[in-house]
Amino acid sequence: MKLKLPNPGLEDRILSHDELERLEVEEAGDRPKWDNKAQYMLTCVGFCVGLGNVWRFPYLCQSHGGGAFMIPFLILLVFEGIPLLHLEFAIGQRLRKGSVGVWRTINPYMLGVGIASLCVSFLVSLYYNTIIAWVMWYFFNSFQEPLPWSQCPINANRTGLVSECERSSPVDYFWYRETLNTSAAIEDTGGLQWWMILCLISAWGVLYVCCIRGIETTGKAVYVTSTLPYVVLTIFLIRGLTLKGSIDGIKFLFTPDLNELANPTTWLDAGAQVFYSFSLAFGGLISFSSYNSVHNNCEQDAVIISIINAFTSIYAATVIYSIIGFRATERFDDCLSGNILTLLNTFDLPEGNITESNYQEALHSLNTTNPDIISSLALKTCDLNSFLSEGVEGTGLAFIVFTEAITKMPLSPLWSVLFFIMLFCLGLSSMFGNIEGVLVPLQDLKVFPKSWPKEVISGVTCLVCCLVGLIFVQGSGNYWLALFDSFAGSIPLLTIAFSEMIGVVYVYGIDRFNEDLIFMIGHKPNIFWQATWRVISPLIMLAIFIFYFSTTVTKEIFYIAWDPESENFPTLEKKPYPSWIYVIIFLLAGIPSLSIPCTAVFRAIREYCCKKHPSAPVREIDSVTYKVHIQDEELKTQDSVYR
Amino acid sequence: MLAGVLLLIFLPPLVAKDLCKDSQDGFKVRLSIKTGLGDDAYEWNESEMFLFRSTLAYAMRKHSNQDTYTIDNILVCNDTQRVSFVFVVTSTDDPDQLIPKEQVELAVRQNKHRINNAFLLSDMTLEFMGIPPTLSAPIIYDTEPWLIVFGVVIGAVAVGIVALLMSTVSKKRRAKEKAAGLSEEDEGIVKENGTALSSLGRKEGVYNQAFSNDDRFTKL
Repeated sequence: MKLKLPNPGLEDRILSHDELERLEVEEAGDRPKWDNKAQYMLTCVGFCVGLGNVWRFPYLCQSHGGGAFMIPFLILLVFEGIPLLHLEFAIGQRLRKGSVGVWRTINPYMLGVGIASLCVSFLVSLYYNTIIAWVMWYFFNSFQEPLPWSQCPINANRTGLVSECERSSPVDYFWYRETLNTSAAIEDTGGLQWWMILCLISAWGVLYVCCIRGIETTGKAVYVTSTLPYVVLTIFLIRGLTLKGSIDGIKFLFTPDLNELANPTTWLDAGAQVFYSFSLAFGGLISFSSYNSVHNNCEQDAVIISIINAFTSIYAATVIYSIIGFRATERFDDCLSGNILTLLNTFDLPEGNITESNYQEALHSLNTTNPDIISSLALKTCDLNSFLSEGVEGTGLAFIVFTEAITKMPLSPLWSVLFFIMLFCLGLSSMFGNIEGVLVPLQDLKVFPKSWPKEVISGVTCLVCCLVGLIFVQGSGNYWLALFDSFAGSIPLLTIAFSEMIGVVYVYGIDRFNEDLIFMIGHKPNIFWQATWRVISPLIMLAIFIFYFSTTVTKEIFYIAWDPESENFPTLEKKPYPSWIYVIIFLLAGIPSLSIPCTAVFRAIREYCCKKHPSAPVREIDSVTYKVHIQDEELKTQDSVYR
Repeated sequence: MLAGVLLLIFLPPLVAKDLCKDSQDGFKVRLSIKTGLGDDAYEWNESEMFLFRSTLAYAMRKHSNQDTYTIDNILVCNDTQRVSFVFVVTSTDDPDQLIPKEQVELAVRQNKHRINNAFLLSDMTLEFMGIPPTLSAPIIYDTEPWLIVFGVVIGAVAVGIVALLMSTVSKKRRAKEKAAGLSEEDEGIVKENGTALSSLGRKEGVYNQAFSNDDRFTKL
């Protein structure tokens, strides 16, 4: 099925293989380059490995049948993740441009794909850096003993603990009140929280320092940000395995339930996780691989990075669940000790009469002798499995569950500092890719004047993002972030990825693409790549997109709010969105997705209305001869100034 | 006679027991020694009870500033295996009169710390039912620790930004000077004997060893 859509003028827009070879040898291009292969690999690994590997994958794994989830995950990794990754690497390396440049080169009508990538990268950068700001806030607060989230603060007249904290828990209170200061509903803006503004500024400041000169500075930063998480995960694994109950957690995580494989949601969640985990369709990966040398083996890179990503997900899941197992066991022990104490106190039995081992028999015997007293006591049911399956993901996992587990460990400030440094590094290295996906398209679209140095461009971009990001530091910021996360970072990415595959395979032409790969890496990609690029991966993408779209559009959208006045407090309350939110949802998901067809239409109209003259000035191309020509011209003009 | 003497001997404890059992001014105390001390737990016996009564007498003395309270003013009853009992405090002037509940509560609250320490226990393991533990004062920092860490991080970021911008500016300046030097070189070939006037434009000039000031070896 060698379908190829007509694509006139493609030869003029791209560098030929000879020109590429000359560019490589003479190094006449002014494009930045990686200092060494390690920097490139670490940057890509850092971009792919992010917070999702730590707090989304473990939850999916545990809720979709534990060890059995590996099967759909690995299958979809091979058939969806690796082909897409190889495609993005190869096309970036071949065309040597950022995402906007690549799509404009392939076909000017496909410029919309690049613009969509730019929009999505921008929207995701906004809220992702807010999460990093939250991580920094917790990091700043970890340098004290006892940790501020280990105990409830005392109320104003010193008679007891603050009521909101007493009814929920110290970690919940610290997260919802002292960190976010959440309002009860998304309509309540709640005002800007000054301490969060400081953290946001520090997050954007650190990002600016690392991105100030593009990959020149990020390339140095990734040596730390990409490797430190692995060190910390190992430390936590060793610490976790020495704690009581950790093995229960790991067993719970990996216990396979093969029945889940029959559930289509499992496969769709696995596919979505693979897709989002690889940070595809953001445009950052295309940019990064465009700085490589032409003969870099992108096929090997794609496979290696995919394996590293999968390994990191599984490793992080093990570590997280060892700690969750510890926390669940602690909670279970506390619950049981509470019950035992109640029984001892009510019946005035000596201590040590009822222990954990004979609790059931003792309870039973007491129940037969005094059933009315037992029923009036309201003993809690303690079940380890229910504590383990308090399936928490996302910010709840990091800022509530894990912080609670840390308070129960000896030397809590140390573990807290380590954990939040790890989250910070994971988030920051992903942000490098997001910002690359924003800055390079902006330069390609010539939004900024050419005379502005790179430092100013990145500075202005970071400043604008920081100011817009102030939405997320209001009282209702958490709800806005959840909104952005669900809608800006899901459907648009699927449409972009689908368009990318169609664009490269059918518009650029799979034959030309194969020849390019022969030129770059020396051999034609084998039948696996051909089959996945042409048929399998686009179908998978389409299936996931249809599923997501249909579930999002049909169901009622709720958000969960922290409302101290609700009846089920401390359980989060489901609230429906106000009607004006639907406009915002449409803007978030619609604008990037619709820019793909709209740009094509707009361009077609422009071509039709204002037909270009044949003697138009020479378009700037990235060819060696053209650059040498320009240099000659410049020298001539300089000479004429002196003479 | 004998009956009267016997009655006199046995009446006070009986009366005392009644005072303790039926009174409204008593407090129930509960000790969880094994929970609090684990392996170092001690046995609860008469001597420990003696210690308890004496510490309570001490608490009453401190609270009322009267040195007349003795161990006999503290009456204990309802002793259980749990290690819980009820106590009442009798007045020093009249052994049949009890000190009101509020007074005892204040005395205990003031001296809870000393009572706890006498038994190596804490507010959780030595409970007086009805007397809530006094909450410890929250730690008040002069500067919040998080602000200090924030200051350090922001300072490092500012230093980094300034250093990188400075290095860019100096790199650009050097590149500009080099470009200026290059364009002058294109016009004339710099010769050692300096016939091309363009060499005068360069700041360093050309180092000619014949005219060096290094005459260490030529002086006699």
